Amino acid sequence: MKYYDKLIFELSKPGRIGFSLPETLLADKQQLPPKKPATLGTVRGGTASEAQRWGPKDVFQGQAAAGSRIWREAPLDLPEVSEVDVVRHYTNLSQMNFGVDTGFYPLGSCTMKYNPKINEEIANLPGFTGLHPLQPNETVKGALEVYVGMDKALAAITGMKHFTFLPCAGAHGELTGLMLMREYHQSRGDTARTKVIVPDSAHGTNPASAAVCGLDIVVVKSKENGLVDVDALKGLLGPDIAGIMLTNPNTLGLFERDIKEIAQLVHDCGGLLYYDGANMNPLLGVVRPGDMGFDIMHLNLHKTFSTPHGGGGPGAGPVGVSDKVLPFLHIPRVSGFHGNFGIILRAYAYILMLGREHIKLAGKLATLGANYIKESLKDCYKLPIPTVCKHEFVFDGLLEDNGVTTLDVAKRLLDYGFHAPTIYFPLLFHQAIMIEPTETESLETLDAFIAVMRRIAEEAKADPEMLHGAPHDTPIGRPDETTAARQPVLKYE
Amino acid sequence: MGAFSYFPQTGEDIRVMLERIGVGSMDDLYADVPADFIYKGEYDLPSAMSEQQVRDFFESLAAKNTRLKVFVGQGAYDHYVPSVIPYITSRSEFLTAYTPYQCEISQGTLRYIFEWQSMICRLTGLDCANASMYDGPTAAAEAVRMCVASAKRRNSVLVSARLLPNVIDTIKTYAKYAGINVVVSDQIFEDVAEGVLDLAGVIVPSINRFGVIENHLGLADLVHQMGALLVEYCDPSALAVVKTPAEWGADIAVGDGQSLGIPLCFGGPYVGFMACRTALMRKLPGRIVGQTTDASGKRCYVLTLQAREQHIRREKATSNICSNESLMALWCTVYLSLMGPEGMRRLNALCYEGAHYLHDALLATGKFQRVFDADFLKEFVLKPLCPVEKLQKALLKAGYFAALQTEEGYVTFCVTEKHPREELDCIVEIVKSVK
Repeated sequence: MKYYDKLIFELSKPGRIGFSLPETLLADKQQLPPKKPATLGTVRGGTASEAQRWGPKDVFQGQAAAGSRIWREAPLDLPEVSEVDVVRHYTNLSQMNFGVDTGFYPLGSCTMKYNPKINEEIANLPGFTGLHPLQPNETVKGALEVYVGMDKALAAITGMKHFTFLPCAGAHGELTGLMLMREYHQSRGDTARTKVIVPDSAHGTNPASAAVCGLDIVVVKSKENGLVDVDALKGLLGPDIAGIMLTNPNTLGLFERDIKEIAQLVHDCGGLLYYDGANMNPLLGVVRPGDMGFDIMHLNLHKTFSTPHGGGGPGAGPVGVSDKVLPFLHIPRVSGFHGNFGIILRAYAYILMLGREHIKLAGKLATLGANYIKESLKDCYKLPIPTVCKHEFVFDGLLEDNGVTTLDVAKRLLDYGFHAPTIYFPLLFHQAIMIEPTETESLETLDAFIAVMRRIAEEAKADPEMLHGAPHDTPIGRPDETTAARQPVLKYE
Repeated sequence: MGAFSYFPQTGEDIRVMLERIGVGSMDDLYADVPADFIYKGEYDLPSAMSEQQVRDFFESLAAKNTRLKVFVGQGAYDHYVPSVIPYITSRSEFLTAYTPYQCEISQGTLRYIFEWQSMICRLTGLDCANASMYDGPTAAAEAVRMCVASAKRRNSVLVSARLLPNVIDTIKTYAKYAGINVVVSDQIFEDVAEGVLDLAGVIVPSINRFGVIENHLGLADLVHQMGALLVEYCDPSALAVVKTPAEWGADIAVGDGQSLGIPLCFGGPYVGFMACRTALMRKLPGRIVGQTTDASGKRCYVLTLQAREQHIRREKATSNICSNESLMALWCTVYLSLMGPEGMRRLNALCYEGAHYLHDALLATGKFQRVFDADFLKEFVLKPLCPVEKLQKALLKAGYFAALQTEEGYVTFCVTEKHPREELDCIVEIVKSVK
């Protein structure tokens, strides 16, 4: 990767353009309509007789509309660049980026699997991209079939009854699901249920979504073995509990083997079970959340169903429900139209490629890869919970303490052409390194990663200083994050 | 079952891995799962398809949709998409990248987000912007939450009845569960002046759902006198020519970036934006990119002010948002780079002349009445004097999506730069033929 130092604003030169527009839409070059006496209709705020000093023509020709009633006064200071400038600039920027197509992401809880290319072509078919979201149903039959087909497929894969596709990301799905949970209790007149139980190992979005949904959070502790403490849970259950949010396997990659008892306890107390689908990948084709007793769940299509992460979205977070919650599925409008249709298309293409045959191997191969890495590195990295994991597992730093931190290890990996694992999460361990390989990585890739991790463990003994300064071979070194936060510069000036 | 192109493991690879782990089969890795939870049935899915079969399947679905000439806006605008954009956004380094937590290998993503934030500030006139929201309606809902979070012990928000219905509905949904009192009003000035007791915020459209460019002169002062914040909901494309949220004195601006060259795509993915005054910076939801330097003094970019976010603050975060719409923010950033100040002005001029031409021609048919005597840009409503269903059917039959009906019974039209005079004239002819 090569360092490139420009911002698009710095390429600007007055008079350059990168657009191509017709002079007029009106073939006979009719002039813009003349200045009209502006009245306000029924919109209050000025007087109807106020003189309109500036007409649209002036505005569109870039005249400053000082004193204008509705037109922009400040000049619009956007870059003035040619088409070539734009293409080169963004191509150069892209070359400072790492993606799944560049290399391996051992990124726990984020399921960075390969993003198939056919998905992109499907999502870009003009028969889909040209549809206005408010077009009459009879003109969007194919799009509606996509939703019907996806609903059926996701129901089959998860054991839930039906899905809503409005949520645009995982956290958005959590929020939507919790809204459904509240609707369910509300419909039964069960208004005292204002608390939701979240394990201490949960993703940060779980408590945050619960808070946005107006629920109070009760934390249930994990046991030494990393699993939910069922006895502690019993003490928390009561008539004020709306439900529990679980990810299973949890963020340590461990299957909550007491799930049957947990489901029984929560249901007996009148609560519902929410399944955080961020960790669905190891269960893909093996276990269905609906069968485990979950009432509501979301899926991250940009994790489990292979759609690209896009540097932080767009994703999609469809929410599925059991029979019990089905009557409330379509209650809240949580986004503008029909959710992220383009992402749903990609995920559907992936599911059709997998089919009922290959899906059975997806989760298992992901789990196989994770266990392989774990077993291959546990003699150099501290493995706090040595049992069989699912799609991911957590090391607690290097086995031998040379003052080399998890951050140092993560940054050094970048020098060797790997993305870093998720670090310092979950919060149960001080030096957490969370590794998830996914089923799309070959044995050779896993072996190369293992070799580099072992080499870093050796470097930690021989030259800890060098590791404190890593990465050394990336477009930039470690940034000054303190100054960034204390004296924020958030825009180009 | 044979091998599969997305799974690189050979039978021999699997054997080697199982041996290292010390188990006999992959099923053994699930020994901790209660046996009755292992799904033993056949998944009710179609049989695996080849890539060509998948392509054929989706092409046949796409063919079941009708490609229409779109003359409806209402939150999704049919602007032209410059060919450069999809080439840039489909570069795998952008498309397949993770969230830029590892800044040393994510400077591409971080830098375009910084550019996006800068451009959103320039469009709105406000001081800072975040890395993106899901869409306009959710950005509006988050802005409402931000007003309440900023105003201590005030819990009511005044929402203009002239916002798009999906914006109002999304605000209501978020507010309902957060316990925020929403008052939808068609007389914002009066209601603010009368003083809703615990008013935390007011949200109004810069251009309303009838296409009218609203006049908010004096509104910000009034809202601030009441100790509340003013939020403007804007079409960012139109901000090139209409008064900015900053010029109206607003504290927060939100809207949907879709009008900045994102394809209609049946409603998504789009991208929400949010900008605010510096005083509110630490109340912003979601990710923010800031500029700094690395150890050698090189200018670089990082995710910053993360103490607001869910992965650090959990239930005390300003929002639960994590993944947003980063790639769509890139889409808009490339669009604005190509268009520049001149392109954005020209684009709006084209929309304006087309919309006014159609507006006047439709009125001249005698089949409509004017509803608002007010300025509009590309979208407008008329009161139909002819049967609406017949009109819509006739338009559809000719391949036009136009004259969508509002809840009041008006019909809406929207003209963008994509539609030449022949199409406008064609609509007028169809209207004339409706009896």
